[in-house]
Amino acid sequence: MAMERVWPLTAEEQEATRKSSATGTPTVIVDDLHIVYKVYGATSAEEKGNAATALLRLVKRQGRPQMREVHAVKGVSFVARHGDAIGIIGRNGSGKSTLLRAIAGLLPPHSGAVYTDGQPSLLGVNAALMKELTGERNITLGCYAMGMTPSEVRAKYDEIVDFSGIGEFVQFPMSTYSSGMGARLRFAIASAKVHDVLLIDEALATGDREFRKRSQKRIMQMRESAGTVFLVAHNLDVIEETCNRVIWLHKGKIKMDGDPAEVIGAYNKA
Amino acid sequence: MSQPDSAVADAQGGAATESLAALAKRHGLRRAIARPSLPFYVKQLWARRHFVLKYATSRNVSKYSQSMLGQLWQLLTPLLNAGVYYLMFGVILDQKKDISNYTAFLITGVFIFTFTQRTVSGGAKSISNNLSLIRALHFPRAALPLAYAVQELQQLLWSMLVLIGIVLLTGEPLTLYWLLIPVALLLQLTFNIGASLFMARVGAFARDMNQLLPFIMRTWLYASGVFFSIPDRVADLPESLAFVQYIMELNPAAAYIELMRDLLIQSHTPPQWAWTTAIFWAVFALVIGFWYFWRAEERYGRG
Repeated sequence: MAMERVWPLTAEEQEATRKSSATGTPTVIVDDLHIVYKVYGATSAEEKGNAATALLRLVKRQGRPQMREVHAVKGVSFVARHGDAIGIIGRNGSGKSTLLRAIAGLLPPHSGAVYTDGQPSLLGVNAALMKELTGERNITLGCYAMGMTPSEVRAKYDEIVDFSGIGEFVQFPMSTYSSGMGARLRFAIASAKVHDVLLIDEALATGDREFRKRSQKRIMQMRESAGTVFLVAHNLDVIEETCNRVIWLHKGKIKMDGDPAEVIGAYNKA
Repeated sequence: MSQPDSAVADAQGGAATESLAALAKRHGLRRAIARPSLPFYVKQLWARRHFVLKYATSRNVSKYSQSMLGQLWQLLTPLLNAGVYYLMFGVILDQKKDISNYTAFLITGVFIFTFTQRTVSGGAKSISNNLSLIRALHFPRAALPLAYAVQELQQLLWSMLVLIGIVLLTGEPLTLYWLLIPVALLLQLTFNIGASLFMARVGAFARDMNQLLPFIMRTWLYASGVFFSIPDRVADLPESLAFVQYIMELNPAAAYIELMRDLLIQSHTPPQWAWTTAIFWAVFALVIGFWYFWRAEERYGRG
């Protein structure tokens, strides 16, 4: 897809790009971003979800009480650059996954904006895969879902199988895989495509030590090929080993942003 | 809290000299969310044709993967359906007296209607059943209802094998008209895709639609002359209600059923306007359905 920039650069812009290449040109700019979304189906204890109460609500012209608004991200701003691998840490519900989805353009901002270069992709090919089908079929299906062409799939197929290290299991349905094997195959498929900006949400949590090393190596490669990687993980070791910058989200706001060792140190103390 | 990193300085200190929006503009970065233009959307969709096909086949394979007979069910399901409907309407309710070759009449009606019914119901669920996919990957969302339509088309091809077998067994001759069968199916497929795209948007935002749809579908089934011949049924109506027949025959499902009966059964006479109705509905549904679905492209899977 849109791997290279399609708009022409003026001489001035080219100069500016060269100058800033020391720090990397911006790839993602998040400008005072607020995300508010609606949640359905959250029933509280006293509100019984039976037909009679539902009818009563209709008669009284009340909306569904199960619908709640969640203000998940409250005014986040930062600039990510070419070659950055940014770890995002924070407690459960601090807005990490929501922020990733917003960067990927999958959630509309309530206010503020996300500016991107090309199309950031969430490493989320899982949703397209079917566990009743063989690994082989799933590799093709997943690659097509990410928008690859048949010739690209053929070219990448062996590499995906090798990288996942599942061997002859590729001929078996994915439902027979161990959770580690499944995670490895999913990461192998998702990372087969060249992404400008890659967003990874908890994908590296599973898998053995050896696979973790390999996937970290692949993330490094992506950084070197001038992409930007965002990584959400609860495992702080993974973040510290992989990232050159860490953002600590707390209740939807940035609490700290900077050097991994420093931010993780502060996070551990808190 | 100390924030010594240069990137933070960009985000905060940089705001003094240059706003983030201006910085984005200078580097040619764009906002992520926007609906593509209609021609570009069609192009994007064409680029995803491999995904549509693969997704449809995969769903069909996975559907029967747990059963011992596996893919044989693609053939067995229509056969069993034909048997049940024949037992109910042909033997027990004995509808066949006024219609020559009632077996072929009934089975054609059931199979052709099932194709439309399953595609449209599938389309209505195609967005809500794939929310995780929509929230994870970028692709033109129309690929999903399209994949469901292709899946049903694959199933229909098996049903047509069964149907043609049954029709030949009931003594109908093979005629040159049979060459028009693909044309009739193509028209029906076009209508199905349009209707399914329309229902996909309705089903995505009106969540109660999926509860209501089975009842709508059953009413449609009974109104489409699957079990009875429409002219016979309205023959007893008073003169002033004669228009009811035209309205029933304008029903797209009835038109596609009558078209197929006309091709397969020699003694069958279709309503005068069957081909015109079939072509009209195919074009109308596709244009309106596609446009209506595209209008909400950026909102699927949100909220």
